[in-house]
Amino acid sequence: MIETRGLRKSFASRQGREKKKVEAVRGVDLDVAEGEIFGFLGPNGAGKTTTLRMLATLIEPDDGTATIAGADLRSDPGEVRRRIGYVAQGGSTWDDSTAREELVLQARLYGASKSDALARAARVLEGFQLSEYADRKCKTYSGGQRRRVDIALGIIHEPKVVFLDEPTTGLDPQSRAHMWDEIRRLRAEGMTVFITTHYLDEADALCDRISIMDNGEIVASGTPAGLKREISGDVVRVGLPVDAIPAAVQALSSYKIETYDDHVRLNVEDGAVAIPQILRALDAAGVPLGTVELHRPSLDDVFLTKTGRSLRES
Amino acid sequence: MKLLRDTSLIFNRQMQLLLRNPIWIFVGVFQPVMYLLLFAPLLKPALQVRTNAEAYEIFVPGLLVLLAIFGGLFQGFGLIAELRAGVIERSRVTPVSRVALLLGRSLRDVVSLIAQAIIITLLALVFDLRVFVPNLLLAYLMLALISLMTSAVSYGVALVVKSEDALAPLMNTVAQPVLLLSGILLPLTYAPGWLQGIADWNPFSWAVNGTRALFRGDLGAPDVWQGLLIMAVLAVVAVAWAAREFARSVR
Repeated sequence: MIETRGLRKSFASRQGREKKKVEAVRGVDLDVAEGEIFGFLGPNGAGKTTTLRMLATLIEPDDGTATIAGADLRSDPGEVRRRIGYVAQGGSTWDDSTAREELVLQARLYGASKSDALARAARVLEGFQLSEYADRKCKTYSGGQRRRVDIALGIIHEPKVVFLDEPTTGLDPQSRAHMWDEIRRLRAEGMTVFITTHYLDEADALCDRISIMDNGEIVASGTPAGLKREISGDVVRVGLPVDAIPAAVQALSSYKIETYDDHVRLNVEDGAVAIPQILRALDAAGVPLGTVELHRPSLDDVFLTKTGRSLRES
Repeated sequence: MKLLRDTSLIFNRQMQLLLRNPIWIFVGVFQPVMYLLLFAPLLKPALQVRTNAEAYEIFVPGLLVLLAIFGGLFQGFGLIAELRAGVIERSRVTPVSRVALLLGRSLRDVVSLIAQAIIITLLALVFDLRVFVPNLLLAYLMLALISLMTSAVSYGVALVVKSEDALAPLMNTVAQPVLLLSGILLPLTYAPGWLQGIADWNPFSWAVNGTRALFRGDLGAPDVWQGLLIMAVLAVVAVAWAAREFARSVR
């Protein structure tokens, strides 16, 4: 649905008297399949938004190619516009307009007739549970409501692909969960959803596949589970009385094991499978058990491995 | 066809928002009304004309051109607010015509200017100004062209600078000399030769002369068609440039 090769963009920036060229995006290759939620994960300033704006025809790439929903970005941006929806990070509604007015206008800008635009607006308002507020001015909406209007505006023309730039940034946890449901609903309706995020948990919970971007480049791509599996297996931490540790080490000699003062750590491929076996082995050896914890690697561990620093720090 | 349709969509939308707060039309007309009431009475003795009507024939056309120039040049502020709200970006990802994004807005500005011009004209009638309706309509055409041009310029500059802080001084810097060199407040017939020489290079000075001729009832004066032609050409150039700024990719 989206295929890019070697997409590049640099900006001229001025620092004092010196003019500097900032390479925001340095050769991005992406392959997004139809009907998936694709996540673009990375810290602020990684080049996610610049890439997205190139794909949405808002800025022209310096180099590279891209095909979006069958249309060529470089030679036919007009056709790309007809086939995609784009929801910017900063919002897109006018304070003194109502959601319905904005939606009707947006549908008409995509070529819908007046009656068709009204019908479409009513349909998406219903879908996003906004009917109740549809005729109130946008400035009276809550952050979550306004964000839903933004998304409704982005999909009013039923695009094949919709780009959402940080759709949940600034929302409270409840609105965020609500937004995730909305995004899954778009996928269920057959849309390909391309989102950017700097939230690890969001990429993990919501996306079918992700690419991790750092410093203008893609450093890793795959499913969240696959990426985590790639870097390391799970860690099982077993808490024990101090004097039971030697016996435990002996009983678990077939595992890769590290010992600490009051616990041992075992590196296993799949923790859910390993825990019953570990417990059985300890029980058979008569070792008294304290606690058992399973630590699965997070996307932050993936980020750390690929870039040498934690996403939370950057 | 598409351009017409898109332009009318944007125009209708902008008019709807304007009419929701029509107070701005009256706020915009407040300053020229003050000139009309508090400055114009000085003119009869100053211009050494016999009647108030004659003084107003000279002053009101200049005042209307002034309103058209300033009203247009400051429309960019509204656009910066729209940029900030994300409305412009949202329009730019749709297949809507880029010329329409500009023209729909500028035409709203023209309509609001003509509304203000009518208010001023009606007030001037009270002070014995008399003008033929066909001439008045041609004068309004001149004003429409001026405001189309200045509002397009203002939108184009707003898209380039993207900040109110830069737009305000920039527009003032442009507007002041343009204003003084167009003989708006006093006709340049009293100006020394060198000043007149500079003023001849100011297109708005031609527009003022043309509008004055129309108010004088001198439809055949070359000032009329020259002024209209110059304004029309400049309006086309300004619209083309500003529409390109709408189309251009900005960060």
